[in-house]
Amino acid sequence: MSRFDWLSDFLSRLGEFGANVRDDERLAPARRLILDPASWEPAARAAAAIGLRHAGVWADPLDTPADPARNSTEPRLRVMACLEHGGDYLILETEVPLSRPHLASQASHFPGIGRLERHAHDLTGVIWTDQPDGRRWTRHQAWPEDRFPLRADFPVSCEDTGRAPADAEYPFAPIQGSGIHEIPVGPVHAGIIEPGHFRFQAMGEEVLRLEERLGYVHRGVEKLAVGRDPAGLARLAGRVSGDSTVAHAWAACQAMERATGCEAPPRALALRALLAERERIANHLGDIGAICNDVGFAFAHVQCARLREQWQRRSRELFGHRLLMDVVIPGGVAQDLSVGGFHNLRLDHAALRQAIDPIFDIVEDLPSLDDRLLTTGILSQADARELGCTGYVGKASGLAFDVRQDSPYPPYDRLRVEVPVQTEGDVAARVRVRLGEVRGSLWMLDRLLDDLPTGEIATPLPPPEAGAMGLGLIDGWRGEILSFVRFDDTGRIARYFPRDPSWFTWPALERLILGNIVPDFPVCNKSVNGSYAGHDL
Amino acid sequence: MSAWFIALLQALLCVALAPLLVGWVRRVKARLQNRRGAPLLQPYADLHKLMIKETRVAHTASPLFRVAPYIVFVAIWLACATVPLIALDLPTAGIADIIVLVGLLALGRFFLALAGMDVGTAFGGMGASREMLISALAEPALLMAVFTLAMTAHSTSLVGVMEHHLTDGFLLRPSYLFAFGALVLVALAECGRIPVDNPSTHLELTMVHEAMLLEYTGRHLALMEWAAWIKLLLYGVLIVNVFLPWGIATVFTPAALALGLIAVVVKLALLGAALALGETLMAKMRLFRVPGFLNLALLLGLLGLLSHVILEVGA
Repeated sequence: MSRFDWLSDFLSRLGEFGANVRDDERLAPARRLILDPASWEPAARAAAAIGLRHAGVWADPLDTPADPARNSTEPRLRVMACLEHGGDYLILETEVPLSRPHLASQASHFPGIGRLERHAHDLTGVIWTDQPDGRRWTRHQAWPEDRFPLRADFPVSCEDTGRAPADAEYPFAPIQGSGIHEIPVGPVHAGIIEPGHFRFQAMGEEVLRLEERLGYVHRGVEKLAVGRDPAGLARLAGRVSGDSTVAHAWAACQAMERATGCEAPPRALALRALLAERERIANHLGDIGAICNDVGFAFAHVQCARLREQWQRRSRELFGHRLLMDVVIPGGVAQDLSVGGFHNLRLDHAALRQAIDPIFDIVEDLPSLDDRLLTTGILSQADARELGCTGYVGKASGLAFDVRQDSPYPPYDRLRVEVPVQTEGDVAARVRVRLGEVRGSLWMLDRLLDDLPTGEIATPLPPPEAGAMGLGLIDGWRGEILSFVRFDDTGRIARYFPRDPSWFTWPALERLILGNIVPDFPVCNKSVNGSYAGHDL
Repeated sequence: MSAWFIALLQALLCVALAPLLVGWVRRVKARLQNRRGAPLLQPYADLHKLMIKETRVAHTASPLFRVAPYIVFVAIWLACATVPLIALDLPTAGIADIIVLVGLLALGRFFLALAGMDVGTAFGGMGASREMLISALAEPALLMAVFTLAMTAHSTSLVGVMEHHLTDGFLLRPSYLFAFGALVLVALAECGRIPVDNPSTHLELTMVHEAMLLEYTGRHLALMEWAAWIKLLLYGVLIVNVFLPWGIATVFTPAALALGLIAVVVKLALLGAALALGETLMAKMRLFRVPGFLNLALLLGLLGLLSHVILEVGA
């Protein structure tokens, strides 16, 4: 299949809507289309008609005096969206004046991006017309409704440094009827997990509706990125979501490297893949055990926790951090793999392969586990596609997309990536995808070691051109991570937007829980395991 | 020694031994999972910790919420005191028979569920409604199993049942096997063990028994936890002493009593290990499978009654 063979179809449909399109320079690896604001919504309609996946939308205020605002001295707000089909990425871009930041929403064609649009509004002030859901999202009580943190006039230290009051008066969707009761859960939970509020409307034990309220771990990552140097951004990106630190840091570094035309050395790329697959295995092991624990099967939990702990201790020994934070840096990696470490990894891989076999057999075959996991929390393929789910959530519902396979970035262009696909869409399918990915990643780790290139592990990042932009696309263990970076004219970061796959799996949880019983929610939630921090930013 | 003194001693022993049984089950479970686990005496330390902690009560709580822990604890304790632990022929047995025992347990459960709903949080109400669902099905099954035993012994007194069993010698009666099965299933459900409930979960939405205790703190929580442990001991003693009463003291001499104590501790240790093994091998059931599970218990109880009538009466 030739690349971008769908683009002419898309462009002709756009033409039918009378859209004004300029096919601009590439934003590697994506094609970039610049639209006028009136074509924004028709573009989404055309994209939905030919079955593109929406991979996110973000806004970028061009309001600092230093910004190279084109053809105009008026401050503007740039809005970008990313679409994907068959591994080809397309960036849509438009600009509206900051004084009248109105733009038609695309969420009616792509329900998965509704919260991204609301997030963009809360942080930059873009006003979406015809948004199906106009409520605030990321903004709780920390800043007033008419202030927008990502604009230049908003200080990094926040305007009101006092203690922000607890969120209140969020208008949850009401539901009425006899016998229906509401169960508010969170944001503080009984276990040691991240904060998030869940509002159930249930009839007896059956869930009729679930509404999530997130944003409790909003740290202002996007604002904190402004003015950082590349190394500082990589450190920040590694903290977007602690369990995906390698993937997010890699995505940010890839974006910066593409923006500056930097080529990381082959050994660095191979080591990054090694780190990313280590991260995937560690998290999947943890999840498999936690899913079993949530249905009262502590045995698998303890065994997986043990394997994960050994794995992470090796990570600390070889790369200096249990979660592998700050190992990926712009231009390469910070830690080389020693010869001794190389052999230890070989032994580790063989040992883990041997250790997981009996445990995975139990997880796959134990009747009482099957009874709980099969047919629980089914996400239909249609829902997964509509919301744009990637990673294990998409793969368990029959969507085989994996960035490493469909839009391979080095070193995955030289590796065979096996994507385990299941079609059932239930909790058991999401467990099986994880089992398959652990096995696949172990195989890949050995291939990476087999032909680990020699040479440098980092190269200095050349100074970026003023206003240079880059797009990072990495397959993290949760799914596709998109990272957008724009430099200012002094070589510092002007805009950073990391889009974690959780933006699309959190809405999926709201759908897959319907018709299930309340006590099955924890296991459904764990099987999706959206990142709170990666989503709240 | 006076019989009443022994009865009092036995009642105190129940209270004292209950945390040990829980500690033992946890310990065996940890071992089966390749963990070292908490010390055997950890439940005592937990009780001590809760007792000295400040007791906070929700501002929406009614007086019922404050008295419920005492009522629940006393009801379960009394119930436990009616079960012969180390000696038969105690005066308590003359006052309370099996039906009183079931009634005392129901009394405790009634107040536990009320207390769960009292504060008005969603979790307490959810736990109470689930507990009622489970107990409404467990109680008839328990009574069926108990009646099977009572019919064999021609007495509703536990002492009568055990004496009958002791004098009869070891006879493998089909009715006993069925009743045993029913009683084990009921015990798992009533004590909130896997596969019905998970006593070690932190997930509010899946809890049954723990959900009702979520609002409790300090000594209130200690009493509620302790009561639950005594209940586990009660069912354990019921199972081992009714079906395998050998070793229990029939005369009140120190030697016989010591032997009775050793016998019941060994039997309970084995039963606790079996419970831990079962909990390690199984995941928790989906909530709506629990009625099926308890219907099985009821069916076993009924089969016990039937097989007694068909096979054993007049034999």
